[in-house]
Formats: sequence, C-alpha cells, structure tokens
Amino acid sequence: MTATPTQLERDGDRMIVNLGPSHPATHGTLRLVLELEGEVVRKATPEIGYLHRGVEKLGEHLSYHQFIPLTDRLNYCSSLMNNVGYTLAVEKLLGIQDPARSQVIRVLVSELARIGDHIICVGINAVDLGAYTAFLYLFKERETLYDLFEMAAGQRLHTSFTRIGGLMRDLPDTFLPLLEQFLESMPRTLDEMEKLLTRNPIWYDRTRGVGKITPEDAINWGYTGPCLRAAGVPQDLRKAQPYLGYETYDFDIPVGTSGDVYDRYLVRAEEMRQSLRIVRQCVDRLKELGPGPILIEDYKVALPPKEKVYTRMESLIHHFKLVMHGIDMPVGEVYSATEAANGELGYYLVSDGGKSPYRIHVRPPCFPIFNSFDEQVRGGLIADALAVMGAMNVIAGELDR
Amino acid sequence: MILERIEERLPGAILEHHAFRGDDTLLVAPERIPQVAEALFEEGFQLLVDVTAVDWPERDPRFDVVYHFLNLASQARLRVKTRVNEGETVPTLTGRYRNADWAEREVFDLFGIPFEGHPNLERLLMWKDFPGHPLRKDFPLDGGDVFCNDVGASYAGDARTLNP
Repeated sequence: MTATPTQLERDGDRMIVNLGPSHPATHGTLRLVLELEGEVVRKATPEIGYLHRGVEKLGEHLSYHQFIPLTDRLNYCSSLMNNVGYTLAVEKLLGIQDPARSQVIRVLVSELARIGDHIICVGINAVDLGAYTAFLYLFKERETLYDLFEMAAGQRLHTSFTRIGGLMRDLPDTFLPLLEQFLESMPRTLDEMEKLLTRNPIWYDRTRGVGKITPEDAINWGYTGPCLRAAGVPQDLRKAQPYLGYETYDFDIPVGTSGDVYDRYLVRAEEMRQSLRIVRQCVDRLKELGPGPILIEDYKVALPPKEKVYTRMESLIHHFKLVMHGIDMPVGEVYSATEAANGELGYYLVSDGGKSPYRIHVRPPCFPIFNSFDEQVRGGLIADALAVMGAMNVIAGELDR
Repeated sequence: MILERIEERLPGAILEHHAFRGDDTLLVAPERIPQVAEALFEEGFQLLVDVTAVDWPERDPRFDVVYHFLNLASQARLRVKTRVNEGETVPTLTGRYRNADWAEREVFDLFGIPFEGHPNLERLLMWKDFPGHPLRKDFPLDGGDVFCNDVGASYAGDARTLNP
C-alpha cells in the first residue's frame, strides 16, 4: 500500500517510534527506530547488538571441540544445522570426512532442523499479522520435532549433536518410529497450514507486494536462502555446492518471482515439503546402511571409545593428548558454507596450529538481509514493517553473535 | 583463470595468491581494493558474502581485512585479503556492494579499522562509547570492564584514545 500525497508533503511532523529491544514482534532483542509520518514509515534504523555475547572472541580461547556448544546459541531455532556447519568447517580445515552413516544422520537432522526453523518463521510471521490458528497447528508438529532432537542429542534446543569427525552418538532405537509418525502427520499439517494461509484473502493482501525486491538488488544486498530464492534466484548450496552427499538426494528448489513476503512464505512452505522428501530418503538409506561407525576412528581427532580408554594404554594416551593439547591442526585458513534455514551460514577459521582457532568468524545469513531493512520498509505502513521483519526471519542470536 | 584475467586488467594488483583446501586467496594492496572489487564484479563475483578481519599484533602491517566473494553463475568462491596497519584506512566497498555497509561497520567496531568513504561509519554491535575494540588480540577476554579489574581499567584508559 502506498501513501497519499498529502501525507508525503507533510513535513516536520514525524513521530519516532521505538520498537524493541524487547517487543513481542521483534523475536529476540533487537531494536528498530522508526520515523513515522502518520502510519507511513519514512526511515527505519535497526539497532543491533543487544544479544552480542562475543562468541568469536570466546572461540579464540576455546578448543575446536569446545566451540560446538556456542554454535547452538547462534541460530537457536535450528541449532543442529549450526553444529553441522561448524564441524564441516573444521573437517575441511583438517581435510577429513566423517563416516557414511554419520553423513546421512547429519543430513537427516539438518533437514528436520530446517523444517523446525521454517515452522517458527512462517508461524510467527502469521501471528504477527493476526493469523493465530496456523501457528498453533505448526507448533504442535514442532513439539514432535523437539522430542526427536531430545532423543537424538539429549537436548531440545542446545543440541551440540555433532563432533569433529562425526556425531556424538548414534540415533536411539525409538527415534525412527517417532520420525515415521512425524513424516505421516507433517504433510497433513502443511496442507492445513496452506489451506489457512495460501488462499486466505487477508493473508494475501497483507503480504503480496510487501517487501518486494528485484533479483539484482537481492544479490547486491548479499541475500541468500529463502529470501533470495523468493526473488527468483535459484541459489541453494545443497544443489550448487553440494556437501554431505546432497547431490545424491532427490529434491527440488522452489523459486519465487517477486521476492515479497508472500513469495517468501510460499518458498518456505514448499521447502518444508522438500525437506520431508529428503528426510524420507535418509530414513531409507539408514535402513540400507545398517549399523556402522558414526565417528571416525582417527584418535588424533576424535575421542576413542570409553572401553578402550579404560583398557588400553595407547587409547588412554590419545584421550589425554586430545583433551589436554587438542587436535593437531594444520596452519591455514578455510571458509566453509552450508545452506542453513535462513541462507548461507559460513564459518571462517584461521588456524595457527594451536589448540584453539586463531580467529573464528561466523557469517550469519540474516545479517546482510537485515541490513536492507530500511530500504525494504521505507514508504510502507508500520504494520507492513512487521510483516517484512517476520519474513526476513531475523534471529538475534546469530545476528549479534 | 580468474587470477590471470585480473592480472591482465590490473597489472600488479595481486601481490600474492595461494590456495589451501580449495580456497583461493588473493592479497591486494588496500588502495586497490575498489578496483579489484569492480573487476571481480564484472567477472561475475556479484555477491559479497562477508567482510571480516584478523589481528596479528606482532606483524607489520598488523591487520588482515578479509573479503569473501561468491560467483553465482560459476559457484566459484574467492577470498581477497588486504593488509593495513593501525590507523590506516581501507577504501569502502559500499558503492558497489550494498551489504558492505554493516559488514564494514562491524569490522570498524570490533577491530577499529576505519573504512574511507563509508556513509555511516559507526559502531554496530557495541554501544557508542564502548572503550576499545573487542576482537583485537590485546583486548582482554573478560571484556576489560573498568569495574571488574585493574587490567581492564588500564586497557580501557588506553583504548579510549584509539576511539575518538
């Protein structure tokens, strides 16, 4: 919706509205300073940093393994993906690869985390615009997801599931039966959600044309993930630069046309279905593969099993060396990126061969996207600003690090 | 390949290059960063993934400013590095890549490296009168809170002069 000329011409009559740092619609602690003329946003200044915990600084003083729990707290809506992305970066630095079974489980939990993240993004975006029911249906499924995460990692939110060279542990026997239930009920929930939102005239009017962006602008702003794909650029690292064997899975990349909030919603909805497809293939593969190692057996990188530590001298030494002196890292620097729910999640590691990384930098996907917030909402209504904000899926934890 | 083309367009711009684990890295002089970025943009590296920095206190020049570029057509990645000393500036890329705005502000905030020509070079993550630049190696891990300990207080006293 555009403003009438009379509103535009009125000058010197601006109201400053402070949205946040703790406001129900900001999803985390971030602050927006909105300059309004009536209901029209003339300027939006995001103020970030309220959730800055110095993760990168801390990382320079922790060992490579000790950083994994900190990655949980970046995008806390899909912490499993952060775990996977980080361990892949360290493995790239080391030049190693995790075992086949671990790779399949990593893909499986990543896709479940992607569904969980999109559930939050779509559900909360709908709540912000007054549609409460879809949110409730979706969050029921999210509970099942978190039960699954708890089974796998012992934690609902802060999973710390991966280890350098593999996983913390294998999936428990109860995991796959519950996953089957989820795979059965989630498509129905998605159908219900789409019935409630996709053709809903209020949802359509509130989101269509809001936060439009051209593909050129989206690339220039550094967009990645669903927001870039909604603008019509079919960039998905799972297809474009496959990792963890994504090239062997069968799935499609949904692409939008106008980049507005409605297209972002459609892209996310379809991505959830595609993720379900990948999860189904993972389940089949796990059954095919059968039991196997989930952590590499290089004891200079991964801890040896406890039985060996207690019974064999050599394993005890490996255990001691690994805990006290850390992994023997090569000197060098790597940038490793994975397709997280929000876009490209990159880790830049600089190693000087020491126990801790010399420098560790996280490239959060929503950081460049949120940078464009002012341009996205300028000239629109204040209610649209919240729609754009929700569709950007700004997660303060990874934004501020 | 991209190396030769850049070398051809801008002779002498690439001071050094290496590849480690498949990551190509170019080293460029700070004043040539905008030219190199422009050339990269025309070569298809149109997505500026990230800007960050690394502090090497014992080295001269002290800082590495690191840019990561992505070519969406060929899916090639390129890392461009430049070296600056304390107090030296790096030309901004905000004219070409708009997301350089916050990325450069973050580097300025956490490392104290100023970007010349940046439209709004202010702190991003830390608050305005925060003393010092947290990601420098000589910044204490406890944050150098003046109320916490003496080390922090002395550091904060020094750091204020770095951040007028």
